[in-house]
Amino acid sequence: MTTGESILQGYKRKLGKLEALTEKPTHYCQGCEHGELTRFIASAIENLGIRERTVMIDSVGCSVLAFDYFNVDHVQSPHGRAPAIAAGIKRVRPELVVYTVQGDGDTLAIGLLEIMYAAIRGEPISVFLVNNAIYGMTGGQMAPTTMQGQVTTTTPYGRDTAFTGLPLDASRLLSTIDGSAYIKRVSLAIAETETPRGKSYSVKNLLDARQAIENAFKVQMMGGFSFVECLSSCWVNWHLPIMEAKRFVNDRLIKQYPLGTYKDKLGIEKK
Amino acid sequence: MTERVYIKGNEALAYGALKSKLNAYFAYPITPSTEIPETLAKEFGNKAYPDFKVFLQAASELEAVNMVLGAAASGARAMTATSSPGFSLKQEALSYAAGMELPLLVVNITRGGPGLGNIAPEQGDYFQMTKGGGHGCYRMIVLAPNSVQEMASMPKIAFDLAFKYRNPVCIAGDAFTGQLKEDIVFPTIEPTEYDVSSWAVTGAKGRERHVLNSMNLDPEVHAKHVAHLDEKYKAIDRNEVRCESYLTDDAEVVVSAFGITSRICKSVVNALRREGTKIGLFRPITLWPFPYDEVHKLTEHARRFLVVELNTGQMVEDIRLGIEGRARVEFFGKLGGLLPTEREIKNKLENLMKEAIAA
Repeated sequence: MTTGESILQGYKRKLGKLEALTEKPTHYCQGCEHGELTRFIASAIENLGIRERTVMIDSVGCSVLAFDYFNVDHVQSPHGRAPAIAAGIKRVRPELVVYTVQGDGDTLAIGLLEIMYAAIRGEPISVFLVNNAIYGMTGGQMAPTTMQGQVTTTTPYGRDTAFTGLPLDASRLLSTIDGSAYIKRVSLAIAETETPRGKSYSVKNLLDARQAIENAFKVQMMGGFSFVECLSSCWVNWHLPIMEAKRFVNDRLIKQYPLGTYKDKLGIEKK
Repeated sequence: MTERVYIKGNEALAYGALKSKLNAYFAYPITPSTEIPETLAKEFGNKAYPDFKVFLQAASELEAVNMVLGAAASGARAMTATSSPGFSLKQEALSYAAGMELPLLVVNITRGGPGLGNIAPEQGDYFQMTKGGGHGCYRMIVLAPNSVQEMASMPKIAFDLAFKYRNPVCIAGDAFTGQLKEDIVFPTIEPTEYDVSSWAVTGAKGRERHVLNSMNLDPEVHAKHVAHLDEKYKAIDRNEVRCESYLTDDAEVVVSAFGITSRICKSVVNALRREGTKIGLFRPITLWPFPYDEVHKLTEHARRFLVVELNTGQMVEDIRLGIEGRARVEFFGKLGGLLPTEREIKNKLENLMKEAIAA
């Protein structure tokens, strides 16, 4: 075995089967960052050794089939209500670790009350929001996070914010609520950069996201409400090639929704 | 140990739930059901009820019922109470809970509708409660107490049924049974232990993961799931019908009512019996499963029925289904919080008895 092969072996082991995942291949579209998020959540669960006491709430949207992927206990939620169900479970069984994966429409339109009040009461749960500025599963309608001018099936001439109101900044909103403990915005889209030797791809944002997800679970276990907003692309509904869509995240979405730590009340990032 | 108490229906229900080892209550205030959360808030932390671990006021009816859903999913005895406009908001979660087969309890202390209606008693939610107010093919067990005494004993029956069949159960009181204060002997309640280990989400430790899910994209799989639910509903229909038949054995005339109106009808039956009329009272206690067979049996001797409700005629449709055209059925309804008087019901019955009908 050459050195290269042995490194590959180690790598394979690392990228190989996680106990927190089932063997089932995901239904997510090629290039969709739900795949990265699934992987990061599963590895955080594994790193923290909490698989056997974790419950996932499956929301409505692209993550609705996640019960097939995560090897933990699951409860299905009506559209937008996942944080309320998570709170119900957590109140009854505080020893569990409970998380939701929700889209922007689910969390910020139909479920805004549920996420706000989970934060207001400081429910010790973790919410992972996939913000791709569109309703993905229903085929590309305007979401609360859709950008000014963005074309969707319900804003076919571009979102006119004079008419629909401005895009909603979830991380900024939730960080103003006293009850929330950890609010972080990350990007799951790889960034393309030009180098003298050609194109290069940066995964720095993804590594930050991975850390933030683990932090979110840790904050929950310390008794705080944690929320990680994950900027993502949706090339299918944006009608862009995959790499163009990822560029759109890096060029446009990140400007509208700046990355960073919006709140870290328990100082988890300093630990 | 029996205990005599002078107590409101809503309070009796709250204590009945506590004595049935209630674990979690999620509240949202709405008249005329509010004494239930108020009583439980007062008793929260009382060492006499060590199983009562969670009392939480939610921000909306939707949030409250979804918290109940979560708590029930993790195996807790969880409940909420509401009144008609709030009950409309519970429907979404009830459909999901039925789809996921979760045992939970929702109390509906009904009031006037539609819309905001008023806060006086009506029984206009009968259709919504018994025919499925939410979407999809599901059924919910509906229990209708008619006294403070029954308000006290109903939560234990409701939890037993909910856990036995893993299905939502509704206790359908009305503003009268909720607000009425009566002198009762508080029932001795022996709480049942329920085994939730095969399905509750408690963390997949040393076992396969538990997936509580109401969605199947594969039509064949989904068809199987709905058929399985239907089998369960058929079993409930076979085994869990409850009703009260009072002096119906030889009755030629039957007056039928549920909830508070059945109490007034009973007085009328007693009065008319004294006058020599062969009359009886038929009271469904489970509004679903409905006692169709029991109603049908009455037509062996009874040819005239009067159904009295606090609505424009809802349960009367089920009575007619049970009778299958074998008897004459009249309806008498009161609205807006007004109650029928004994005199009014008696007049209706006397008119009904005067009419000639085909044998």
